[in-house]
Amino acid sequence: MNYLELISHVLPEIAVLVTALVLIGMGCAGGSRGGGKAVLAVTAAGLGLALAAVVFGPESGRLLEGMIVVDALTRLFKAVLLALTLGTALFLFPGGEAGGNEGRGAENSALLLLALLGLLVVVGTENLLLLFVGLELASLALYLMVVFAAPAGRPAEAALRYFFFGSVAAAFLLFGFSFIYGATGSIDLRVIAKVLAAHPVEPILPLGVGLALVGFGFKVAAVPFHLWAPDVYQSAPAPAAGFIASASKVAGFFIVAKVLVLGFGVVEGSADWGAFAMGWAPLVAVLAALSMVVGNLAALAQQSVRRLLAYSGIGHSGFILTALVAANAEAVRAVLFYSVIYGVASLAAFGVAGCVLRARGADRLEDFAGLGRTAPAAAGVLALALLSLAGLPPLVGFFGKFQLFAAALSGGTPGTVPGLLWLVALALLMSAVSLYYYLRVLKQVFFAPAPADAAPTRDTSAGTAVCLVCGSVLVLLGLFPSLVLQPLQRALVQLF
Amino acid sequence: MIAWTFLTALIGSALLFLLPARRAGLARRVALAAALAGCLPVAVAVWSFDFGAGAGAAGFQLEVQREWIPALGITFHLGVDGISLVLIVLTALVAVAGILFSWNVERAPRHFFALYLLIIAGAYGVFLSLDLFLFLVFYEIVIVPKYFLIAGWGSTNRSYAAMKLTLYSIVGSALVIIGILAARVASGLDTFGLLELAAASFAPGLQLWAFPVLFLGFAILAGIWPFHTWVPGGHVAAPTAASMLLAGVVMKLGAYGALRIAMPLFPEGLEAWRLIFASMAAVGIAWGAGAALAQRDLKFVIAYSSISHMGFVLLGILSLTSLGVAGGVLQMVSHGVIASLLFAVAGRMLHDRVHTRELAVLAGLGLRRALPFAAFVFVLASAASMGLPGFSGFIAEVLVLVGTWGAFPLLLLPAGIGVLLTVAFTLKALQQAFFSRAAGGRESADAGAQYEPISLPEIIGAVLLLAAALGIGLYPQPWIAPILEAMNSDLMRVLLP
Amino acid sequence: MDPLLPLIIALPLLASVVLALAPAGLARRIALGFAFAGLALALAAVLRYDTAVGGLQFVFRYDWIPALGAEWYFGADGLGVLLVLLAGLLGPFALWMTPPELPLPRLFFALMSLLQAAALGVFLSLNFVVWFLFWELALIPAFFLIKLWGGDRAGPAAYQFFLYTMTGSIAMLLAFLALFRATGSFDFIDLAEAARAGELMPSLAVGAPVAAGLVFAGVFLGLAVKVPVVPFHTWLPDTYAEAPAGVSMILTGLLSKMGLYGMLRILLPLFPELMQAWMAPLLVLALASILLSALAALAQTDLKRILAYSSINHLGYCLLGLFAVGAAAGPAAGLAAGREAALAGVCFQMFSHGVTAATLFAFVAVIEARSGGLRGLHDFGGLRAAAPMLCGLMGVALFASIGLPGLSGFVGEFLIFKGAFGLVGGWVALALPGLLLTAGFLLRVLLRVFSGPLPERWQAFPDLTRREGLMLFPIVGLMVVLGCFPGLLLRLFHSGFALLP
Repeated sequence: MNYLELISHVLPEIAVLVTALVLIGMGCAGGSRGGGKAVLAVTAAGLGLALAAVVFGPESGRLLEGMIVVDALTRLFKAVLLALTLGTALFLFPGGEAGGNEGRGAENSALLLLALLGLLVVVGTENLLLLFVGLELASLALYLMVVFAAPAGRPAEAALRYFFFGSVAAAFLLFGFSFIYGATGSIDLRVIAKVLAAHPVEPILPLGVGLALVGFGFKVAAVPFHLWAPDVYQSAPAPAAGFIASASKVAGFFIVAKVLVLGFGVVEGSADWGAFAMGWAPLVAVLAALSMVVGNLAALAQQSVRRLLAYSGIGHSGFILTALVAANAEAVRAVLFYSVIYGVASLAAFGVAGCVLRARGADRLEDFAGLGRTAPAAAGVLALALLSLAGLPPLVGFFGKFQLFAAALSGGTPGTVPGLLWLVALALLMSAVSLYYYLRVLKQVFFAPAPADAAPTRDTSAGTAVCLVCGSVLVLLGLFPSLVLQPLQRALVQLF
Repeated sequence: MIAWTFLTALIGSALLFLLPARRAGLARRVALAAALAGCLPVAVAVWSFDFGAGAGAAGFQLEVQREWIPALGITFHLGVDGISLVLIVLTALVAVAGILFSWNVERAPRHFFALYLLIIAGAYGVFLSLDLFLFLVFYEIVIVPKYFLIAGWGSTNRSYAAMKLTLYSIVGSALVIIGILAARVASGLDTFGLLELAAASFAPGLQLWAFPVLFLGFAILAGIWPFHTWVPGGHVAAPTAASMLLAGVVMKLGAYGALRIAMPLFPEGLEAWRLIFASMAAVGIAWGAGAALAQRDLKFVIAYSSISHMGFVLLGILSLTSLGVAGGVLQMVSHGVIASLLFAVAGRMLHDRVHTRELAVLAGLGLRRALPFAAFVFVLASAASMGLPGFSGFIAEVLVLVGTWGAFPLLLLPAGIGVLLTVAFTLKALQQAFFSRAAGGRESADAGAQYEPISLPEIIGAVLLLAAALGIGLYPQPWIAPILEAMNSDLMRVLLP
Repeated sequence: MDPLLPLIIALPLLASVVLALAPAGLARRIALGFAFAGLALALAAVLRYDTAVGGLQFVFRYDWIPALGAEWYFGADGLGVLLVLLAGLLGPFALWMTPPELPLPRLFFALMSLLQAAALGVFLSLNFVVWFLFWELALIPAFFLIKLWGGDRAGPAAYQFFLYTMTGSIAMLLAFLALFRATGSFDFIDLAEAARAGELMPSLAVGAPVAAGLVFAGVFLGLAVKVPVVPFHTWLPDTYAEAPAGVSMILTGLLSKMGLYGMLRILLPLFPELMQAWMAPLLVLALASILLSALAALAQTDLKRILAYSSINHLGYCLLGLFAVGAAAGPAAGLAAGREAALAGVCFQMFSHGVTAATLFAFVAVIEARSGGLRGLHDFGGLRAAAPMLCGLMGVALFASIGLPGLSGFVGEFLIFKGAFGLVGGWVALALPGLLLTAGFLLRVLLRVFSGPLPERWQAFPDLTRREGLMLFPIVGLMVVLGCFPGLLLRLFHSGFALLP
C-alpha cells in the first residue's frame, strides 16, 4: 500500500473535505454576504467532483485492515449520499440563505459537507472504531447546524435535546463496541464474524450487541429511542432537517444492516411467531413493531407537517427494520433499496416543506393550502413523495415496501406459515393508517383554497429541477425497479 | 397488444397532466380519444380471441410475457380468458360512457380526466394481469385517483366519504398483500405468476387462514356485508363519472380478484369458509335492498342497490357451480352497465340540472314532463335493475340463483327477499323521482324549458349503456359461452367439484 | 318451423316501436291498424288449427341460452289458439273504447301494444324462461298505464299491483329454478313428460321431502296472485277501479287469463300428485274466490269495483273446475268424461269471461264518460228511458255474465259444474250458492242503474254513439252467438289438450 493508493480510495472524501474548507474560508472572508450563489456553486461543484471521484475511482479495495473499504456497494451508497446532499443543497439553499440564519450560508454549507464527510466515512468502513468516528463527525456537524438555527437570544432547546440524545447514543454505541471488542478481540467486522462463527458466544457479547443496538436505534430514530426526532425535524434549519431525514437515514440503515448481518449474522436468533430465540432479531423486531405503531399513530395527530414527516420517518424505520429481522441477502437488499428510495422521497417532502416554511414562516397544515395552485411543481412532487411513502403504485414506494415485506417473510420454510407474518401484518396495517395522514396533507395542498392574506409559495428554478429529478426517480424506479435493484443485487453478491 | 388497453389510458392520463392550462377545453376530447383508443385493443382482443379453444388448455390467450423484476421473479405477464374478456369489454364501455356523461365538467377538467383515465388503466390492468405483483400494482393504482376524484369534484360530505372509501380500499389491499405474500412464501417458488402459484399445493393449515384473509381483502372492495359501509357514502359523494366507475368497474375489481386469485389459490380454504362468505353475500343482498328502501336521496338508493347486486356476484361465484359462477361474472357486467346508467341519470341528468337529489323534492318538480328522456332512461334502467326478464340483470340473477339452489338452498330466502325489496325500492324511487302526482297541478307543457336540454353526449352514452343492458338480456349467449369456457381452464377448474 | 306464432307476438311489438316514432296525431289509427291486423292473424291461427289432429301446432323453436336451457319455443294447442283469439279480439276492442282526448297518446298506445304482446307471448311460449320473459314484460306497461292514465289514487294502486305480482313472480322464479336444478330443463313439454313418467317428484324431493311442496307452493303463489285467487286478490279492486277503461279491459280480459293459463299449462301437468294431495285447501280457495268475492261485490257501490269483484268471482268458477280436475287425477276411466267436460268448461269460461268482463268495463267507461266521472251505483237510475240502446246492450252483457242460458256465460259455467260434479261432487254443491250471489249483485246493478225513476240531471243522457255501437254491437252479438253455438269454440278441444293426460 502506498499513499497514492490510499488517496485514490478516499478521493471522494477528500473532495468533500476540501470543499468544506473552501467554504469555511469563504465564510470567514464574508463571501456569503454578497454571493450566496457563489456558495451554492462551490458546494455543487465540490459534490460533483466527489461524485465523479466515486464513479471513476477504483472499483474495489480493502485498505488498512478494513478501515477503508471500496466495493460496489460502498460506491453505490456514496454516490447516493452525494446525490441526496446535492439535492438538499440545491433545494434548500436558494441564494445561499436558509430561513432564520441569514448570512451563515457558507458556514451552513460547510457543516453540511462535513456531516456528509462523516457519513461517507461510515459507509466506507468495516472498522467499528472508524465507524463511530464517522458517525460522531456527522453528528457534531449537525448539532452545530441546529444550534445555528436557533433564533438569537432563545435557548436552542431542540439543539440541546438533539445533542443530549446524540451523546447518549454515542455513549451506548461506544460501550457496545468495547464489549464487542472484549468478547471477540477485534473491531473489524469480518474478523468478528469469523470469530463468532468459530467460537462459542461469550456471555458479554449479547450485552455489547444490545448496547450497540440502542445506539443504532437512536441514529435511525426507532422507538423508544426516537424522542429527539420530532423536535429536531421541526426546528432544525431546512437543509439540516432534509439531510437528517434523507442522507443521514440512508447511511444509518446501511450501517445497521451491514453491522448486524455481516458482523453478527451468527447471533441472530429468531423473532418468528411461537419460535422466539434470543439474539438481536427479536430485539429488532420489537423495535420495528414499536416504531411502526408509535410513529404512524402519533403522526395522525400532528399539525406541523415537518413533525408529521418526522413521525412518519419513525414509522418508516419500523418498516425497514421489519425486513432486517429476516437477516438474509434478500432482506439486506430490500432494506438498502428502501432506504435509498425513502431518502429520495423524504428529501422531496422536506424540500417542499422547507419551501413552504420559507414563504409562510410556518409549516402547519393550513400553510399548505392552495399549494397546488401557486406551486404546481412542488405540489406535484410532494404528492408523489407522500404517495410513494404511503406505498402506492406506480410509485417506487409500493415496490419498495412490497419487497420489504416479501423479504421479511422470505426466511420461512416453504409450506408453513411464515413466522414473521405477525410483524408484516402489523406493518401493512400501519401502512394503511399512514395513508390517512398523507392524504390529510394532500387534501390541503390540492383542495383547500389558498388564504388570501398570506404570501403564496412559489416554485424556484433550482427547486423545480430537484422536484423534477425526485419525481422522475420515484416514478421511473416504480415502473422499472430493476434499474437500481440489479446493481444492488450485484453489489451484494460481492458482500455475501 | 392487449397491453395497449391500459397503455392508451396511461398515455392519455399523462397527456392530460401535461396539457397546458390554457388548453383545458381540450381535456374532455383528449380523454374521449384515449378511452376510444382503449376500445381498439379491446375490440382486437375480442376479434382475435379463439372462443372454441377447448378445455384442458391453460385457458389464457393473447398472452404477453416480459421480464420485469427478475430479482423477485416478477414478470410482466398479461393474458385473456373468457372472464377477463367480458370484463374488459365492460370497462371499455363504461369508460367511454363515463366521459360522455362528464362532458360538462368545468372544474379543472384536465386533472379530472387524467385521474379518471388512471382508474380505467388500473381496471384494465387488473383484469388482464397474470402476475400477482403486476395485479397488485394495478389494483392499488386505482385507490388514490378515487380519493382525489371524490374529494376534489364530489358533493355530499365528500371529504369524509372519500377518506373512508380510501381507507377501506387500502386495508383491503393490505389483506390482499398478506395473502399473496403468504402464497408466494409458502409455495417456495421464486415467482409471483398466478398460474405457477395456483399449481402449487398449500398445506390445509395455511389455506385455512390465508383464504379468508385474501378473500376478505378482495370482498371489501366488492362491498360484501358487513364491510360495505364505505359504499354508500363514497358513491354518493363521488362526481357522476366517478360514481359510474366505482359502481360499474371498481367494485368488480374486488369480485374479480376473489374469483381469479383467492379461490383458485386456496381451494381447501375456500371449502371451509364458503358457507360463511356466501351467507354474508346473501345477507348483503337483502340488507342492501332493505337499506335502499329507507333512503331519501336518489343516489343513496342506487348506492345501496349496488351492495345488493354485488351480493349476487359473490353468491354466484361462491356457489361453485359453472352456472352460478357464470351468473356471478355476468352479473358483474350487468351491474356494471346498469349501475353506471342509474348513476348517470341521477347525477348528470337530474342533479346537474335540478341541483337536488332529495326524492321528496324531486317529487314536486314534475320531471316526467320536464325531462322525458331522463324519465325514459331511468324507467328502463330501473326495470333492468329489478331484474326483469329481457334485461341483463335477469339472466345473471337467474344463473346465480340456479347455482345457489345447488349449493346453499337456504340462502335463497334472503336472496329472494332482496329481489323483492329491490323491486319495492326501485319502484318507489322511480315513482317519487319522475312520476309523482304531487306535481300534477304544476305540470305544464313548457316545464322542460327551465332546465338545460339533454345534450347529445348524454344521449349517446345512455343509448350505449341501454343497448348493452338490453343486448345482454336478449342475447346473452356470446357473453355466457366464453365465461363457461373459461371455467374449464386449469386455473379455474379446481373450483368446480 | 312455422313463423305464424312469432309473427303474432312480434306484430304488437313492432306496433309499439312504430308508435313510439310516429306522429302523435296518427297514433290511434296506427294502433288500431296493427290491432286489427293482429285480429286477422288470430283468426288465421284459429282457422288453420287442425282440430282433428289436436295437440301442439305451429311449433317454432330456436336456441337462445343453451346454458340455461332457454329457447324460443312457441306452440299452440286448442287453448292457446283460443286465447290468441281472445287477445286478438280484445286488442282492437280496448283501443276502440279508449276516449279520443287522451294525454300522451303515442306512449299510451305503445304501452297497450306492449301489453298485448306480453299476453300473447305468455299464451304461446313453451319454455319457462321465455314464458317468464313475457310474463314480466306485462308488468311494466301495465304499471305505467295505470299510473299515468289512471284515476286519482292510481299511484298507490299501480305500486300495489306491481309489488304483489312481483312477489308472486319471484316465488315462481325460485320454484322453477329448483325444477331446473332437479331436471336440467325449463321446457314445459319435457317437464310435463317427466311428471307423467313419475320422475319429477322424486328428483325434486332429493335432500328434503318438503322441497317438492315448496316448489309447488312457489309456482302456485305466482299464478294465484295474477288470477287472482282469494286471499291474494287485495291488489285487484283498487287497480281495476283506478285504471283507465281500456286498461281495465285488458287487465281483466287478458292478464287474469295469464294466471289461469299458467295453472292449466304448468300446475296441472307438472304437479298432478300435489294437486291431488292438496285438493282440499285448493278447493277451499276456489270456493272462497267464488263466495267471498260475490259477497264483497254486493257490498260495493262503485260500478268498477263491483265489476272487479265480479271478475274474481267468475274466475273462481274456472278455479273450481281446474282444481276439480286436479283433484281427480288418476287412471279411473269413469272420470275421463268429467275431466274433459270440466276442462272444456274452464277454457270456454275463460274466453267468455274475457269478452263479457271487458265489455262490461267498456260500458262503464261509456257511462262514466257521459256522467262526468260518476260511476256510483246510487248516482244513476232509470237510464233505460234515456239511453235504451246502451242499456239494452249492457243488459245482454250483464246477463251473459250472470250465465243466462243462450248467452256465452252459461256454457262455460254449465260445463264446469257438470264436469266437476262428477269429480268432487260435495265441493261443487257448496259453490252453488255462489251462482245465486253472482246473479244477485249483477241484477242489483241492472236494477239500480237502468230502472227506477230517471233523475232530473240525466234527462239528456246520450245514447250510444255510432262509433261506440259499431264496436259494441258485434261484441255483444258474439256473446249471443257463442251462447247458441258453443261448438264453434268447443271444437278446438275435441282432440284434448296438449300436456294434459
